[in-house]
Amino acid sequence: MEKFDTLTAVAAPLLRDNIDTDAIIPSREMKSVSKTGLAAGLFAGWRYTAIGGREPNPDFVLNQPAYAGTRIILGGSNFGCGSSREHAVWALHEYGIRAVIAPSFAPIFFGNCIRNGIVPARLPSDAVAALAAWVEQDPAVHRITVDLEAQRVTTAAGASHRFELDEEPKAMLLEGLDAIDLTLKQRAAIEAFRARDRAARPWIYLDDPRTVST
Amino acid sequence: MARTLFDKLWAQHEVLALGGSVSLIAIDRIFLHERTGSVALKSLRQAGRPVVDPGRVFCTMDHIVDTLPGRGDETRMPGGRAFIVETREAAAEAGIRVFDVRDPQQGIVHVISPELGIVLPGATVVCPDSHTCTQGAMGALAWGIGSTEAEHALATGTLRVEKPKTLRVRFEGRLAPGVTAKDLTLALISRHGSVGGNGYAVEYAGSAVRDLEIEARLTLCNMATEFSAFTGMIAPDEKTFDYLRGRPYAPRGEAFERAVAQWRELASDPDATFDREILIEVDELAPMVTWGTSPQHAVPVTGVVPAVQDSGTASEAYERALKYMGLEPGARLGELKIDAAFIGSCTNSRISDLRRAAAILRGRRVAPGVRAICVPGSMTVKRQAEAEGLDQVFRDAGFEWRESGCSMCFFAGGESFGARERVVSSTNRNFESRQGPETRTHLASPETVAASAIAGRIADARALSRAA
Ligand code: SF4
Repeated sequence: MEKFDTLTAVAAPLLRDNIDTDAIIPSREMKSVSKTGLAAGLFAGWRYTAIGGREPNPDFVLNQPAYAGTRIILGGSNFGCGSSREHAVWALHEYGIRAVIAPSFAPIFFGNCIRNGIVPARLPSDAVAALAAWVEQDPAVHRITVDLEAQRVTTAAGASHRFELDEEPKAMLLEGLDAIDLTLKQRAAIEAFRARDRAARPWIYLDDPRTVST
Repeated sequence: MARTLFDKLWAQHEVLALGGSVSLIAIDRIFLHERTGSVALKSLRQAGRPVVDPGRVFCTMDHIVDTLPGRGDETRMPGGRAFIVETREAAAEAGIRVFDVRDPQQGIVHVISPELGIVLPGATVVCPDSHTCTQGAMGALAWGIGSTEAEHALATGTLRVEKPKTLRVRFEGRLAPGVTAKDLTLALISRHGSVGGNGYAVEYAGSAVRDLEIEARLTLCNMATEFSAFTGMIAPDEKTFDYLRGRPYAPRGEAFERAVAQWRELASDPDATFDREILIEVDELAPMVTWGTSPQHAVPVTGVVPAVQDSGTASEAYERALKYMGLEPGARLGELKIDAAFIGSCTNSRISDLRRAAAILRGRRVAPGVRAICVPGSMTVKRQAEAEGLDQVFRDAGFEWRESGCSMCFFAGGESFGARERVVSSTNRNFESRQGPETRTHLASPETVAASAIAGRIADARALSRAA
């Protein structure tokens, strides 16, 4: 996973609350068993004029020339709710998004961001609204900075907001760590835990469920 | 120190503290389905990582599989067949038990897991599916994850989890006849918002929850994700143990009794404190139905579309929801004509749901012009319903009777309801285009769906029961 340090980029306001993962990447756009090839389907229902079509809807923020090169989304509360599909995060990432700033995130989406190098920054809704208002004055020039080490969202106009992030996910993002590799280093602790647990809760351990007659 | 049910489950599975509020948590059961599990298995295989313990992994075909009679691998979703075939191959290679298309135990993951005794009290259960919280009703810690996390769980038998805060929702009192677990969860979300549970593991408690049968508890926990919670859970009790006794994957004989002795400890201590508490008095609750495009947009079935100031929704979102749903403020829900009725999904497709709906449909007919569909949650539910003659009740009333699966709970490019069609549905999400492009979904209990199908408009099932 790529490392995240500091990002200064065009930010697109999408302040609607409860933007769900089906809006981010509709089911019908997930055409194969794959993590790639998803950027074209990002926000498809809003981005294109017709379902399944590819003609850009000029009203949609990401289609406006001033928002070319957007890498940050300013979102509403409960961002990423709905289906657990990680394709939503893969689609955002493939499109170029590296941070989402919103008052709250759905928990599964939040975790998916961390695993894919996207910073989910929680800021109060008035702060997000103020950032959006400033961006809208001149989107290409009024860029937003996300400083992960300092846990701050800042602007050239002097705005500076701290966001909370637990130390473990922060380290994962900063260092671009692969969680599986990291966890496999704890194999001995995991095996010791299992041995103790197996003695305490034998019924949890099924040898081969394929042989259970149902 | 007094501990909550959640604290006990967390402590019992904590392998290591990893810094901050993150711990390495041991995972007892991993469930996959062909929609999101396929990509996890494939990606794991590409990385050359084995599944560490296939004995704790299960997989079902529910999301993409067709539900039309005589189905096979072909499905209406474009490209859908590949998801099924690739999942089957990857699961076979990994040595995982698959509830395949023609398996007599096939069904929706959150229906078959309790039904087969795969989820057990005190277990940690994960699945790359947001409604995994359903299974918390068995006294398990069960939550939805993404595909990358599923790979992590498969490869290590653990997950790195940020500890949520605790919230107890107490439903106290006695439900009036005709008011169900579905109405409890819609009432909760409508009062406290679709983000009300964000950051919390929710324990549902109180006299009304203890009174619920197991299948109803599953319905209640199902929509914890619509409350934005980490998960929902209910302390296991005698009903839970009775339900599990003799299920295929549950322990047997003496092992079962030993397990029960430990499961009895899985309750919040009387003086345990939660980070937050919510109390809902249930005596006055009515059947609920949604009017908008978020589960929080729910009102009593006898009610009206609220004015913006009473809607708990910002004006822009409110206007958008009304426009999408084709409604005006003040419109009576009970006067809205419907085009379709759907009974199915991991929320409400268990045998008790079908029995209650059938009791309303018996001897009645679906209104002309209404398309009505019933999709049992599992093949086991379907067989049971057929043994009781419920399929005939549904068919005689004019319902389609399907094979089990997620079906039209969500639209994946295959089958759907039509644009701007109004559907009353026993599912859990009324998001824009969830059941089909521009389809207008009203969430409700199975009895409300059945009564509405007969009336041809959204209807209060209690009036029909009284008339019978
Ligand atoms: S029935 Fe619907 S909500 Fe449940 S698992 Fe299937 S698609 Fe998801």
